[in-house]
Amino acid sequence: MSPVVRMIGVCKHFGKGEALVRAVDSLDFEVSEGEAVMVTGPSGCGKSTLLQLMGGLDLPTAGEVWVGGRRIDRTSERARARLRREHVGFVFQDFHLMDELTALENVELPALLAGTSTGRARRRASALLEEMGLADRGHHRPAQLSGGQKQRVAIARAVVNRPTVLLADEPTGNLDSVATTEVLRLFDTLRANGQTLVVVTHDQRTAATAERIVSLRDGAIVEDHILAPSTVNAADLLSGEALT
Amino acid sequence: MQREVVLALLAKEPSHGYELRARTERALGPLAAGFNAGQMYVTLGRLEQSGLVTSTREAVAERPERRTYELTAAGRERVEEWLTDVTWPRPDLTDFHLKLVVAAAGRLADPVELVSAQRRELVRRLRDAQRAAMDEPDGSDASLLLEGVVLRIEADLTWLDACERVWGGAP
Repeated sequence: MSPVVRMIGVCKHFGKGEALVRAVDSLDFEVSEGEAVMVTGPSGCGKSTLLQLMGGLDLPTAGEVWVGGRRIDRTSERARARLRREHVGFVFQDFHLMDELTALENVELPALLAGTSTGRARRRASALLEEMGLADRGHHRPAQLSGGQKQRVAIARAVVNRPTVLLADEPTGNLDSVATTEVLRLFDTLRANGQTLVVVTHDQRTAATAERIVSLRDGAIVEDHILAPSTVNAADLLSGEALT
Repeated sequence: MQREVVLALLAKEPSHGYELRARTERALGPLAAGFNAGQMYVTLGRLEQSGLVTSTREAVAERPERRTYELTAAGRERVEEWLTDVTWPRPDLTDFHLKLVVAAAGRLADPVELVSAQRRELVRRLRDAQRAAMDEPDGSDASLLLEGVVLRIEADLTWLDACERVWGGAP
């Protein structure tokens, strides 16, 4: 099976001469279908640039970027816009919801733009909001929602067109621990439904919930490891606490 | 802790007792305060009894005899185990710092590698704690206690980042 995301020898350089910055440097990276990957690293390590290249928001200086079996770094801006709309879902740290639209309208918008009929888009958006535990928030505007609720609306919007891959840039960066836990539970649900997921985060607890963690330093992968499933429950952890 | 530090310093090269003391002071800086002269010989004596070091006498004219201490195979193995042990029963910052100092001083292991190994172990624990928290209802006693566990592990991970910055020589 071919990988959902494939990057081969990808470089992204900014500036030139002494001011040259190698944001991403000769990087090889693959994500398989249904995989959930967390990309971590200190600020400035190139993780956000990596996500932008993967989603066709930016073009590499060198190398190849493939998404869903298509090479995207040689296509026109128009073709990439269509690819983003139909195959890539984006989630951002600061939600990027449209303030003048309700939660439901925010979620159905990308479906309408992709040509889904009004009725189908509305039904799909309602079903997603219900799945996200927001059935009673559909007619609220973003300003009336908490941070965690806004991010769940943003995630519903990102998956409304059933993207090949969901890309999230610091999705828990603006959230408290309770809202972070809500979002992480939601990622679990999406993953259980087979959604491929790449999350860029500097939040240790968000990263730790992944099955695969990739660490970046200076635009290169320094570690790529798989975490075995958790075998410990709350009682084990807390009885350990009582002893120390 | 003292035993392992002495063993680790001997792993680089055999040494006399007084020389070893000087090397300990150089390697540990302010942390060496706990090692007084008497203790060094007591520790070496015990390590010899346990078969982790051996010593040979050297006659020097007009002076008290001196002993050269050397690691046995078992002693070398013990150093190896101590350096790669990631159990961290409760975060013992001093013990971990000593590992980094003597690993670097004796060129026994790359301190950045030790930090990475410890980080992998803590990430595994953080995953267990956060996953357990995700299984508990919000606002429950268990979720609050687990939040405490998560926050402490996060603090330790942040400290490991600081260790990496210092030992990795990153700008």
